[in-house]
Amino acid sequence: MQSYILKTATRLLVGLILVFSVYLLFRGHNAPGGGFSAALVAATAFALFAIAEGPGPVRQALRIEPRVLIAWGLLLAICSGLIAVVTGRPYLTGLWWTPPGLDGALAVGTPLFFDIGVFLVVLGTILTLLLNLEER
Amino acid sequence: MQQSNDSAHAAGYSIIGLVSTALPLLLFAGLCFMWPQVVRGGVYAVQWPWMPSLDIVLHFRLDGLSFLFGLIVTGIGFLVTLFAASYMAGHPHTGRFFVYLNTFMLAMLGIVMADNLLLLFVFWEITTIFSYLLIGFDHESAATRDNAKQALLVTGAGGLSLLIGILLIKTAGGSLTLSEWIASDHQIRQHPLYLAIFTTILLGAMTKSAQVPFHFWLPNAMSAPTPISAFLHAATMVKAGIYLLMRMHPLLGGTPEWMGSLVVIGGVTAIWGAVQALSPSDLKRMLAYTTVMGLGMLTMFLGGNNTASLTAATTFLLVHALYKAALFLAVGSIDHQTGTRRLERLGGLWRAMPLTALTVATATMSMAGFPLFFGFIGKEIMYQGALTEEMFPQFATTITLLSNSLMTAVAGIILLGPFTGKRPDHLENVVDAPLPMRFGPGIMGGLCLLFGLVPWWVSAYLIQPAVHAFSVVEKEVQLAIFHGFNTPLLLSVITLTLGGLIYFSRKTLRPAVTAALDAIPLTGQRGYDITLKGLLATAHAVVDGLQNGSLHRYLRITIGVFAITTAAVWWFNADGWTLRLRSADLPLSHWLLVAVMAVAVLVVVRAQSRILAVCALGMVGGGAALVFLVYGAPDLALTQLLVETLTLIIVSIVLLRLPSLAGPPPGPVSVSRWVDSLVAVGTGIVVTTLCIAITNGTIDRQLTAFFEYNSYIAAHGRNIVNVILVDFRSLDTLGEITVVATAGLAGYALIAKRRQ
Repeated sequence: MQSYILKTATRLLVGLILVFSVYLLFRGHNAPGGGFSAALVAATAFALFAIAEGPGPVRQALRIEPRVLIAWGLLLAICSGLIAVVTGRPYLTGLWWTPPGLDGALAVGTPLFFDIGVFLVVLGTILTLLLNLEER
Repeated sequence: MQQSNDSAHAAGYSIIGLVSTALPLLLFAGLCFMWPQVVRGGVYAVQWPWMPSLDIVLHFRLDGLSFLFGLIVTGIGFLVTLFAASYMAGHPHTGRFFVYLNTFMLAMLGIVMADNLLLLFVFWEITTIFSYLLIGFDHESAATRDNAKQALLVTGAGGLSLLIGILLIKTAGGSLTLSEWIASDHQIRQHPLYLAIFTTILLGAMTKSAQVPFHFWLPNAMSAPTPISAFLHAATMVKAGIYLLMRMHPLLGGTPEWMGSLVVIGGVTAIWGAVQALSPSDLKRMLAYTTVMGLGMLTMFLGGNNTASLTAATTFLLVHALYKAALFLAVGSIDHQTGTRRLERLGGLWRAMPLTALTVATATMSMAGFPLFFGFIGKEIMYQGALTEEMFPQFATTITLLSNSLMTAVAGIILLGPFTGKRPDHLENVVDAPLPMRFGPGIMGGLCLLFGLVPWWVSAYLIQPAVHAFSVVEKEVQLAIFHGFNTPLLLSVITLTLGGLIYFSRKTLRPAVTAALDAIPLTGQRGYDITLKGLLATAHAVVDGLQNGSLHRYLRITIGVFAITTAAVWWFNADGWTLRLRSADLPLSHWLLVAVMAVAVLVVVRAQSRILAVCALGMVGGGAALVFLVYGAPDLALTQLLVETLTLIIVSIVLLRLPSLAGPPPGPVSVSRWVDSLVAVGTGIVVTTLCIAITNGTIDRQLTAFFEYNSYIAAHGRNIVNVILVDFRSLDTLGEITVVATAGLAGYALIAKRRQ
């Protein structure tokens, strides 16, 4: 099926949806969002892309095998908890760093990396299933 | 039965093997360094916390008993590794082999030095797993794999029993720390759980130490490479059960249950092993049955509760370890040099393999119990022990006499069979094994003689410290070459005579024994086969019933079980709940939402095309998301909406490839459809009424309050849902994403398999 309307719209939309997904990922700690929803949003972007252009171009754009994303995500999530162990606290304790001078406006913590791990695992899983089903 | 398949290796050494001899050698040297302290009754102990909240401590303790076992494990470990360095040379997997071997040895050391029962269990399981890997080392043969699996299943089941026993000990108020428990007697023998504890621990020991009826795995384990057999049988694996019984003796021993069952089980095992040893023509298998006999003897003497029988057990442990390791390795040499270990194909080798012949001679003399050899000392003390057993002394003495006579005959067959007589033509060019392969057996064969000449030294430096470690010694039992003219000496003389008689009538006896054994209808082996078959058949039946490959059925079962269990739990706990809608005056928009969802549901049920059904289902899901949004759960609504969208996309991709629903013209609605509707409507009713009931009750908001209060303070986040997911309960999330990842990979595997 070749739909020029869909293809043209997809080019615009995919980028926007992906940016929104990253936004959701980072705002998740304070407002609706988070790694899981962000991954679902990102997956819809790629699903749209795959419907419009087929799975091949999606793989090209991804540059990384989705299964590998799963592994990296899991590794990141597991390792984000290890930092606490190194400092002598129980596994997965959230550690936070507030850069000085910003008056507490920004806080970076290990749960963020954990959430990115969740994001990668969920995205990798959906893409693995989606692309392989499309290619069948 | 087992043809040697590791005999044709090139001569030479495995470098990895030679290097890895350093580990047991260093450990052995380290133990020797502690020797003086241990002989004086000293104890070494170290501990590190591991899981202190569960009372699991890395607690190691070295006393006389651990020390004796430690010396056997590391000493024989060293000689076996050295032997294997030459024996396994040229094998493609030598690296793997020596890693398994050394890990196994360390685990065995762990068992004998662990002072924490759960730690002991961990090492116990490691030996089970590594014995599986070692027995199945030549994994290309199906028989070998079966034998390895058998050893794993039998000893693994025993391991579980042991774990139950350990947990029961804890329940009964015992300490998991052995030394602490021994020091402060917890009166476990009077506890109502004593019988359960004793039975489970005994089952663990029986499976590991190959007691009847679990003995069958041990002869089958002969499919391991010969050095492994030597190590498993002489020094490690099977001795773990004996060690456990020794360790438990001061805690659980001395009761009529303990004494009676150990003497009977041990006695039956000993005579059963001894008789069966006569039958096979494979030298290695013959040795395996003599091991069964030896283990039976050890168990039988541990049934006693006096210094004589416990000293007998400890002494025979060392006697057996030395001659058995020497004989196994020597048989390995014969196999390696001639390519066979079948009696009828061997003969006249003493000139070709003089040192091996000498080794076998000293070892078999010790096994038969000739005076001046260590085995003689062992036999004297065995008779002394058997005569002083608290329960069934006549039975024990008879068993000891018969088994020892049979051992004498078997020793004769093993020594005289391969080495004397006329050398067959195909053995013309045989030469003796390379030096490292003669060294180990030679040393142990030498010790069989040397220890027999200095029994007082062995007694004072090895046996007595061990006996003191696990029993209260009232009167020291000394080993000596000559105890005077007494009953044990008389019994020794009878043994040698009887053994000689059996040896000389071997030509008629051996076929008779083989025929008799074949005629027995139910052996342990056959029992194992039947059990395994039954287990597999049951598993098949269950899996075929529940998982027949139809997604439809999985969903029906899953949803049905969910509804029934939820309803049951609710029903039995539902006192005082009311089913009253809190407010019926919903705004019109909400009613509209409900109406849209209801229409969508109708479309799903009536749809003739899958795509339509899926789209309508998406509408239901979207409606649910809107409900969440209206009632203030934006996170849930967002996730629900996204999940619905993606499900729609993925299911559509799949559905495009499936045939249309239309199919045959609509006839009467099938039974299956009725069942489906029953499950669906039932689940709907259960969930709806439950929701209404819950909202009618008072909801405990303690947790919500906690998270609302702590979310920003402790976790820098205002979105409670996300903070719970990635911070407060992140371990749960980690588990969930692991499930997601596994599901993704499994799905990938399924799709990839279909594509092929």
